Amino acid sequence: MHPFAYVAPKTVEEAVAVLDKHGDKARPLAGGTDLLVQARAGRFNLDAVVDMKSIPELVAIKNDASGLEVGAAVPCYQLYENAKLSAEFPGIMDAASLIGGIQVQSRAGIGGNLCNATPSADSICPIIVHYGTAVIAGPKGRREVASEDFCTGPGRNVMEKGELLVSLKFPKPSATFGAAYERFIPRNEMDIAVAAVAASVELSEDKKTIKKARVALSAVGPTPILAKAAADALVGKSADDEAAISAAGVAAAAAASPISDMRGTVEQRKHLVEVLTKRMVKKAIERARN
Amino acid sequence: MGAPERVHVRTTINGQAQEFLIPPYISLLDTIREVAGLTGTKEGCLDGNCGACTVNVDGRIVDSCLVLGVEVNGKKVTTVEGLATKDGLHPLQQAFLEEAALQCGICTPGFLVAAKGLLDNEPHPSEGRIRHWLAGNLCRCTGYDKIVKAVQKAAAASK
Ligand SMILES: Cc1cc2nc3c(=O)[nH]c(=O)nc-3n(C[C@H](O)[C@H](O)[C@H](O)COP(=O)(O)OP(=O)(O)OC[C@H]3O[C@@H](n4cnc5c(N)ncnc54)[C@H](O)[C@@H]3O)c2cc1C
Ligand code: FES
Ligand code: FES
Repeated sequence: MHPFAYVAPKTVEEAVAVLDKHGDKARPLAGGTDLLVQARAGRFNLDAVVDMKSIPELVAIKNDASGLEVGAAVPCYQLYENAKLSAEFPGIMDAASLIGGIQVQSRAGIGGNLCNATPSADSICPIIVHYGTAVIAGPKGRREVASEDFCTGPGRNVMEKGELLVSLKFPKPSATFGAAYERFIPRNEMDIAVAAVAASVELSEDKKTIKKARVALSAVGPTPILAKAAADALVGKSADDEAAISAAGVAAAAAASPISDMRGTVEQRKHLVEVLTKRMVKKAIERARN
Repeated sequence: MGAPERVHVRTTINGQAQEFLIPPYISLLDTIREVAGLTGTKEGCLDGNCGACTVNVDGRIVDSCLVLGVEVNGKKVTTVEGLATKDGLHPLQQAFLEEAALQCGICTPGFLVAAKGLLDNEPHPSEGRIRHWLAGNLCRCTGYDKIVKAVQKAAAASK
């Protein structure tokens, strides 16, 4: 790897100062499962990597009545091995338990996954359908960005010079909330999504009607896509309305803007989005009812 | 910028306290092989896909090619050399031999350390669980069945 210094700041402010000083020549290190692969491939010319894991706030998980806050450097296993979190945030857990294999999950987190901003990243759409917010710190202080607005292009995000992701915040889901995420891959494990869909619903108290919904699409556009029309097809409808769920699938496929590449064609990806949307909406409803 | 200064790292490898002065940009894999001289841990892909470099850090298995050496400061590392004791091979190693779970052997240290990481916490996993747990380890020779059988055998041998 190109020689770089290793800095392990103890506070967000210190980390921001180092990142601001070095600009493009320094990068945050969370689990390193993207960063170190990219550094080895010569993607950057780094003077320093800045380890986020030495900052207590970045490795903390806080889950209380107001909601969940996950530090940006918390590894996946700490999420899915937590039974309470798994029950409350099923969409996030679906993603955390399928990023890489066990070795990768010991290190990789949803914060690094979001920052890396790959269109196929597995946790971003689940974060979006769980109404996640990115807490960003920088030289001018802190700001919050809705997760659906965070990615700006393949590998690009809203963060500016000197900024870092502190945490992801999620509102506490109601008792009638459910979410699910699934990707299509040709293998059983360790692969990159050809297309993937996350969906969430909040049902009425009697669990018969869909009050709120979100559908987000992965690997079918330059950024994850929040398919508003798909959610609109569901809201106000009965949770058993097959026609509404089918309409959501069609609307999601229309919102997808995939490319053809070695993993799949435009037609295949649109078809996958339609099928997966129907499945994920049904799974989210089923989870909301249990 | 000139060459970054070497960093002082104190760690425990296979139960022994170790201190190194290493460049901050070298991987844990290189630290273990080139600096500590423990060459049991293998290099395969260098990008996290093959698992040949698997080691255990504070109870979790990781790909040592995707960890910096400096990151294990203050932590406990176990490599394949840490499996056998004076009394003999670890039950997993014994089972791998008996079940012929290796051919060229390049993947074997990674599989052993990964499988130990599973059995340490779940002594009697199902076949499905074993296959899922080992999905981050690739083997070009055996076709996996013998590896899975060896892990099952080692699990069955433990109480
Ligand atoms: C074998 C293998 C399999 C994989 N499988 C999958 C998969 O199935 N699905 C998937 O989506 N991904 C997969 N990945 C990619 C990767 O593991 C994930 O994207 C992971 O979530 C990245 O998290 P990390 O903590 O390792 O991030 P890092 O590698 O530490 O960081 C990722 C990027 O974000 C930046 N960054 C990190 N933390 C911050 C911060 N706090 N503030 C600002 N910027 C920050 C880094 O500088 C870097 O550019 C795989 C990778 C490997 C090696
Ligand atoms: S060499 Fe580390 S995973 Fe292949
Ligand atoms: S025995 Fe040759 S790669 Fe597994």
